[in-house]
Amino acid sequence: MLAIIGTVPDAAVPITVGPAELVGEEVVVAGRAFAVNRGTPALLAAAIATGGVLGLPPPMAYLVGDIGLGDGSRRLYAHLAATLPACDHELLVFHYLQPDVDWHGRVLLAIGEMRRRPLLIADAGYMYVAKMSGQAEDYDLFTPDVGELSFLADDQAPHPFYTRGFLLHMDGEVPEMIARAYRYGNAARNLLVKGKRDYVACPTGILAEIAAPSVAAMEPVGGTGDTLTGIVAALVASRLPIPRAAEAAARINRLAGAMARPTPATQVGELIACIAPAAAQALADLDLRQSSAQPGSA
Amino acid sequence: MTLLARLKGALTGKKAASSDPSLRDRGFLVFENTSEVIAAENLLREAGWKVRVMGPPAEIRRGCDLVIEFPLIERLEIGRLLQSAQLPPLEVVPVSGPLLQPVDLFHTVDYGDYLMVRAANMKICVDKRSAVIVNISGGGCPDVPHLAARMVGQHLNKAPQPRDIGHTLCGYALQLAYEELRRQCSP
Repeated sequence: MLAIIGTVPDAAVPITVGPAELVGEEVVVAGRAFAVNRGTPALLAAAIATGGVLGLPPPMAYLVGDIGLGDGSRRLYAHLAATLPACDHELLVFHYLQPDVDWHGRVLLAIGEMRRRPLLIADAGYMYVAKMSGQAEDYDLFTPDVGELSFLADDQAPHPFYTRGFLLHMDGEVPEMIARAYRYGNAARNLLVKGKRDYVACPTGILAEIAAPSVAAMEPVGGTGDTLTGIVAALVASRLPIPRAAEAAARINRLAGAMARPTPATQVGELIACIAPAAAQALADLDLRQSSAQPGSA
Repeated sequence: MTLLARLKGALTGKKAASSDPSLRDRGFLVFENTSEVIAAENLLREAGWKVRVMGPPAEIRRGCDLVIEFPLIERLEIGRLLQSAQLPPLEVVPVSGPLLQPVDLFHTVDYGDYLMVRAANMKICVDKRSAVIVNISGGGCPDVPHLAARMVGQHLNKAPQPRDIGHTLCGYALQLAYEELRRQCSP
């Protein structure tokens, strides 16, 4: 089963665990409704929409309220460290959590105690802490944007806020930054880099580049990176090999963007509404419906 | 930090910066004198923060022989608390790289009616006609969705600022992008 782990911007929300459903423009977990305007609820909504096309069961959500003080994140870290060893999730997706190296290590230890090692995808704050802790290579997929790739390529920066200028100047040299991230052990086994041109990469090099359809107005729309991570998570959960899932996800997210005809003022909910038809069209085009023996295996 | 100290660090090639992965999410607060260090330590401990006083690495050694190690991600929140107690630190630096500086490079994209500015991993976009913030994207710390919920739809000059309602380094990066956007939108 696919499990998605993150936060919502309401400090009053306790740890909330359960199958996630998309009801209108809200994600509902254990009777609580969350707007899908950005962040982990947007990721969940995209995964549900894509999973619906693929015939997947709803993903399991692990959510907690946190507005940046880290208190909710640390409660969720503790919950994961205590409960994951008894879980049989095949794919874990970590998202908006306050980076905390100590707790990150404890959660990785708990994952190591699971009967079967799940595939691991990290985005947002959890990708930061995976890199910061020196354990990026334990992950199967990171989904950085170009600014975050600069951070992964910087062997010294503990957070994107401290990325050195010469790397920020390499904005147009994504393949070089990918190579640098791998050289320093700061990238997952696979990368899906989102930008004007999306890249799928692994330690041996670039596997795919996706540049169409090109929708320039998607960049400022908050949540479009979250939807991409949700789409690729559902595709990996459907047992597609990660590189193929990443390439298909990039196409689906772009296609959904084109269908939504966004302006820079568009909110991501409008794009999420287009994910299911975009996924159906892209998957038909790519003939990606067949499955393999293991989720995410090559 | 003095130029001499920076050169010394560079020339000796000494990595006073910690290579201990468990410290990579920590930062140092540097103060003018020991009295300020003690007062700040008491303040932060009373507020529930996990901090410790220690000797500074060579790169940032100056008048005071003590620094406070603190959770770097929460820099904005802790900085606000110290400021309110009139204990602003001289410097705030990462333990993993005391010579690293906050990002100061901005990317700007003009979409015609809209203008977007990116600082580090944070982007903010405004409608040039109305000066209303229409989108905030990027980032990874949990205050980003919180900041977006509070700022999107607000006038650029009247919106709550990340430095006042944010808590993390992502919030700090958004503050820089916000200030740059205001600068570019000012007449």
